[in-house]
Amino acid sequence: MSALELRDVVVEYERRGLDPVRAVAGASLEVERGEIVGLVGESGCGKSTLARAAVGMVAPFAGTIRFEGRDVKPLTRGVRPHELARLQMVFQNPFSSLNPRRRIGEQIGDALAVLGLVPRQQRAARVVQLLEQVGLPARTARGYPHEFSGGQRQRIAIARALAANPSVIVLDEPLASLDASAQAQIANLLVGLARQLELGLLLISHDLAIVRHVADSVAVMYLGLIAETAPTRQLWATPLHPYTEALIAAVPHADGAGTLPEALPGEVPDPSRPPPGCRFHPRCPYAFDRCRVEEPGLVELAPGRSASCWLQRPGDPLLPPATKAESRLARATFAE
Amino acid sequence: MSALLEVEGLRVRLPTPAGPATVVDGIDYRVEPGEVFGIAGESGSGKTMSVLALMGLLPPRAAVEGSAVFEGRDLLRLGRRQLRRICGRELAMVFQDPMTSLHPMLSVGTQLTEHVRRHLGLGRRDAAERALELLREVRIPDPDSAVDAFPHQFSGGMRQRIAIAVALACRPTLLVADEPTTALDVTVQAGIIRLLDRLRSESGLTIVLITHDLGVLSAIADRVSIFYAGRVVEAGSRSDVLSRPRHPYTRGLLDALPHPEAAATPLVAIQGAPPAPRHVPPGCPFHPRCPYARATCREAVPPLLPVDGRVLACPVDPLRPGARS
Repeated sequence: MSALELRDVVVEYERRGLDPVRAVAGASLEVERGEIVGLVGESGCGKSTLARAAVGMVAPFAGTIRFEGRDVKPLTRGVRPHELARLQMVFQNPFSSLNPRRRIGEQIGDALAVLGLVPRQQRAARVVQLLEQVGLPARTARGYPHEFSGGQRQRIAIARALAANPSVIVLDEPLASLDASAQAQIANLLVGLARQLELGLLLISHDLAIVRHVADSVAVMYLGLIAETAPTRQLWATPLHPYTEALIAAVPHADGAGTLPEALPGEVPDPSRPPPGCRFHPRCPYAFDRCRVEEPGLVELAPGRSASCWLQRPGDPLLPPATKAESRLARATFAE
Repeated sequence: MSALLEVEGLRVRLPTPAGPATVVDGIDYRVEPGEVFGIAGESGSGKTMSVLALMGLLPPRAAVEGSAVFEGRDLLRLGRRQLRRICGRELAMVFQDPMTSLHPMLSVGTQLTEHVRRHLGLGRRDAAERALELLREVRIPDPDSAVDAFPHQFSGGMRQRIAIAVALACRPTLLVADEPTTALDVTVQAGIIRLLDRLRSESGLTIVLITHDLGVLSAIADRVSIFYAGRVVEAGSRSDVLSRPRHPYTRGLLDALPHPEAAATPLVAIQGAPPAPRHVPPGCPFHPRCPYARATCREAVPPLLPVDGRVLACPVDPLRPGARS
C-alpha cells in the first residue's frame, strides 16, 4: 500500500450557465514514503487541481484518494482530522502563504500547539530544530516574512509543513518563483529531506529540467489525464508518449550552442470540450485514424512504465514514438 | 560597424525610505544592428532598471547618470516629448506579463492601430490593414476574427504574440524584450523564441533580450552580458560566455541549472543570496558567495577588462584554462 494513493480521480468545476469543466478526468497516482514523484504538464492540464484534490482542498467528483490507508475527506468547515495532518502541502508563493504580521517562530509553532505534538516548554527548541533542518539559523524564528528572500521564505514554508511530522508533502510549484541559484538550493534541500525523513513528495512543476534532477519517477499530465509515467531516467532516455517527447524537445539548453528549442504546434484545448479519441491527437505529429476516435487509456508497458498512446502496446519493445510511427507506416504500406 | 545602441556608465539611483539605493552601478554595453543582445542575472541585478532608464520609464525622483546613444541621440538627455516620439516608434518594448501590458477593455485591433495612427499618421483603413498584417507576422491563427477579440480571449502564449505585434506595429529598429517567456510554458516559450529568431533573420530586427534563463539566451542571443548587483561581471559572444564561462558567477549560474547530461547528481547551488541594493559589499560584489575569493577581492571593485575574446571583472580569473581550482 502506498502512502498516498489516487485512483481514477475526477474533479469538476461548476460554472454558472455553462457546462462544468472537468479539470481532472480520471487520473491515478501513487506516492511511496521516501519517494519523490514529479507531476509535470503545461498550464491548464489539471496538475494543480489534482494536487489540491490529493490533500482534500477540492472534493473529487469521482474516484478515491487514500492516505495511509484512510480516505482523504474533502475539507469542510469542521476540523481537519488529525490523521490527515501527516499529509501536508507547500504552495508556490511563500509570501502569500505566510502571515506577514506574525513572527516566523510563532507560525511554525502553531502546528506544534494545534496538533499537541510537543509540550509547551519544548516548542521553541523544536522550532529551532525545524529551522535548522531546512538550513536556516535559529534567529530566523524572531523575524517576520518580509525580512527574508524568496528562497528563505520557501524554506520557512517547508519548515512549517515539517512541523506536523508529515509522511507525505504535496508541493505545488515550490520552485517556480525562485532564481536559479535559490531554485537549486531548495531542490537539493527537498531531496535531502525526502531521504533523511523518509518523506514522500509529490512535486508539481512545469519545469521538466528541475523535475529531472529531483524526482525518482515522473507523471506527465495532459488535459486532465496522465499521458505517461516512468522512472525519471527512463522517461528522459526514451519518452514513450509523443507529448512527453515534445515537452523534452522544447527545453532550451544553456550550453551556448545556439540551438533553437522545438515548438509544439497548437494550444492546450478547452478542457470543457476535450477532443474526441486521444486528447493529444490534434497536436500529435504521429496521429492516425484510431487516435481520432478512440481513447487509448493509460496502459502498463513495463514495470513502472505506462503510457496512453496507440503507438505503444503491451509486449512491444520500448521505443520512442517517432520510431514506432515509422514502423507503423512501413507496415501499413506493406499491407497494401 | 557603428552600434545601434551604445550605453556608457549608466548609473541609476532610486529613492527609498532609508536613502537612495544604487540599483544600476556603472554599466556599459553596445548593441550592434541586427543582433540579439542578451542580458542575464538574478532578480535585483539591475537588468530591468537598466533598460527602463533608456525609455524614461523609471519611477519619479530616480537619478540617472551616464549616456545611452541610440542612432546618434542620447536618450538620457532628451526631453519627454522627444523621447515619446522615439519610444513606441523606433524603440519598442515587450514585458513579461502580456495580461498587464495589454489593455483588457480594448479590442486587439484597437491596440494594434492606436499608435500606428498616432506615430505614422496612417488612415483608418490603412491602419486596419496593417493590424492584420502584424497578426499574420506573429502567426496568430485567424487574424480576421482576432482583431475584434479582447486579450482575455487568448491564451498566455497568444497574448504575448499580440504584445509583440503591438510592439512591432511602427516597425521599430530596436525591440527590448524583458523576460518575454518567463510566464509561459516551455512548449509555448519555444514558439516565442522561434518567433523572435525569425523576426531577427527576416526583418533584421535588433533585439535586447532580458532574461534570468540562460537556456533562452543560449538559444538565440548572439552576445550576452551577465549582470550582478547592478554591474556587468562578464560579457562577450554567446559561445565564449556560456560554453566557456570565466567569471565564477557565470559559472555558478550555469552549474545551478539542471544539466541535460548529468541528471542524477545534486545541483550545485551558489551559496547565499544576491545582496540588496543598499547592502552591496565592498570590493567585488560577488566575493561573499565566491568559492575562489581572496583578500584582494574584498578591497577594490575589479575593473571590467578584455580577456580571451570577452570582458571579465575578475582579476583572479580562477576558471582560466590551466588554473588550479
